[in-house]
Amino acid sequence: MTHHTASAEELEALARHARWLVLSTVADAGAGHIGGPLSQMDLLLALYFNHLRIDPSDPHRDDRDRFVLSKGHTAIGLYTVLALRGYFDPAELATFDHGDSRLQGHPDMRMLPGIDASTGSLGQGLSVAVGMALGARLQQRDFHTWVLLGDGEIEEGMVWEAAYAASRYGLDNVTAIVDRNGLQQYGWPAGASDRFDRRDPWAGKDVGAIFRGFGWDVIDIDGHDHAEIDRALETACGARGSAGRPTVILAETVKGKGVSFTEGTYRWHNGIATADQLAAARAELGQPETVGVAR
Amino acid sequence: MIAQRQVWGETLVELGASDDRIVVVDGDLANSTKADLFAAAHPERFVEVGIAEQNMVGIAFGLSTLGYRPWLSTFGVFLTHRALDPIRMLVSQTGAAVRIAGAYSGLLNGRSGKTHQDVADLAIMRTMPGMTVLAPADEHEMRAAVRWAADHDGPLYLRIARDAVAPVFDIDTTWEDWAPRMLRDGGDITVVSTGVQTSRCVDAVRLLADRGIDARHIHVPMLKPLDEDRLAGLLGERVVTVEEHTMIGGLGGLVAEIVAARRSTQTVTRLGLADGWSESGPDAFLLDKYGLSASRIADRIVGVHSRPVGTPGV
Ligand SMILES: Cc1ncc(C[n+]2csc(CCOP(=O)(O)OP(=O)(O)O)c2C)c(N)n1
Ligand SMILES: [Mg+2]
Repeated sequence: MTHHTASAEELEALARHARWLVLSTVADAGAGHIGGPLSQMDLLLALYFNHLRIDPSDPHRDDRDRFVLSKGHTAIGLYTVLALRGYFDPAELATFDHGDSRLQGHPDMRMLPGIDASTGSLGQGLSVAVGMALGARLQQRDFHTWVLLGDGEIEEGMVWEAAYAASRYGLDNVTAIVDRNGLQQYGWPAGASDRFDRRDPWAGKDVGAIFRGFGWDVIDIDGHDHAEIDRALETACGARGSAGRPTVILAETVKGKGVSFTEGTYRWHNGIATADQLAAARAELGQPETVGVAR
Repeated sequence: MIAQRQVWGETLVELGASDDRIVVVDGDLANSTKADLFAAAHPERFVEVGIAEQNMVGIAFGLSTLGYRPWLSTFGVFLTHRALDPIRMLVSQTGAAVRIAGAYSGLLNGRSGKTHQDVADLAIMRTMPGMTVLAPADEHEMRAAVRWAADHDGPLYLRIARDAVAPVFDIDTTWEDWAPRMLRDGGDITVVSTGVQTSRCVDAVRLLADRGIDARHIHVPMLKPLDEDRLAGLLGERVVTVEEHTMIGGLGGLVAEIVAARRSTQTVTRLGLADGWSESGPDAFLLDKYGLSASRIADRIVGVHSRPVGTPGV
């Protein structure tokens, strides 16, 4: 269970490749999400390639770090990272959403080794992570539990019930990351201060202050800056066993990041790229013809 | 062919122009459910509450106390399952005029898979006292149902399919009453269906005719309240229920209850989803694999028909 270490350049190359796999796989399946998988990509790559203590050849190891994708609709983003990290052959991505596949529209822990929790109904993952962290403490195990949430998702009341419990029990072995991509699926019309074409789910509210009010430590980062991501993950994980309180990383990202026509457009929450769009994206991401989903 | 969700949205726009009691409360899915049509036409009576289904129900109930008749808009599963407690306490127990739109009902939901499939909505909703439970067969009956709902007092659940099916009824369909309707008479077997599965059953019954089985076909557009005597009177000796729903507690359960309670001699075979979870996949794949396509239904009914009369149903 070695710590893998990918350089910033390697992560950049992986990110371009992974973003292309997301776009082309979803187009091939004829269904799936785009914006969220692309916005979270740099965070997931940093976790899986540089921080999680995991072993792709032994995905159920007791002492592995846990990862919960609470925003389960962005499954294709996680599948892509798992494939590139060696959990399964990237060729299997072509089965996504086709029926009889381990790669379900939302992650299924009973089907795909490497998925620590089934998700899809938003707002449940933080509770799951709190349970894992409590269990680890009871069993005196030293793994860390990570959970990724969407900024629309944290409108769900259950998230805040879990936030309360995590700090009530002083859990410093759990870290929440919020993908602050500034958009949800539909939301509200944009106002003057919004970054994108619909209203930021938390416009006029201070998410950091809310978490602090619940007794959490808060780290704000640029969710596409490898150095900042790296430092934040290190700090959060380093708090384990000493901080006595949970940490949340608020990662400011761009929904649809990396492909010009999907960036910051709420309609690309999900969608199928046309052949022309695929060609443009492939060029932007610098991917050769041979890479991608071929059926 | 127009999808039921499209008709639902368009009809609300039309009704909303003259009926300002109609409000729509959305859970960040208006562009999926087609409530976005209403948001564009009547923005002052469209309330986006974000991803918070229990909150949606509470807000809708609060609005109803001031004379509004709110429609809830999200994937049905997040209402009938996740928000069930506020539905039972605030809506069913008070008889509030809240309309629960069960969008993306059943198995077919654009490949989202089992997390989003609502295959128990009819079973759950029909246990709610005072709840009207509607499951129209096609776009035209959907339009009629939404119009009918406008003047209905009390809570209501409306099952809405994501994808279009072949129409069963005419464009100007309006029902005097929502009792079970016979779509075709036949002496060999009685097929009872509900929701858009009725459209697929019309095809299945045609396939049966080609195979020499003369089926009576009954559509149940409203599972509750239900004129049970009327339905019982339409049932032949051998009854097969068909629904895009778990075989437990939905239409099949309802018909079995009616037959058993009357100590009738009919055998009831419930065709629906077996007691298990399904998966993500294209519509045609799912209908075939889980036995609900017209041809799979026809095959399954032929199997039932080949058994001697009196063989217990399943
Ligand atoms: C309980 C629940 N309600 C609604 C949905 C439908 N849904 C899927 S994604 C989504 C928007 C999510 O927005 P956000 O959390 O910001 O995710 P991202 O922007 O990263 O895609 C919605 C409403 C769901 N999956 N679960
Ligand atoms: Mg978001």
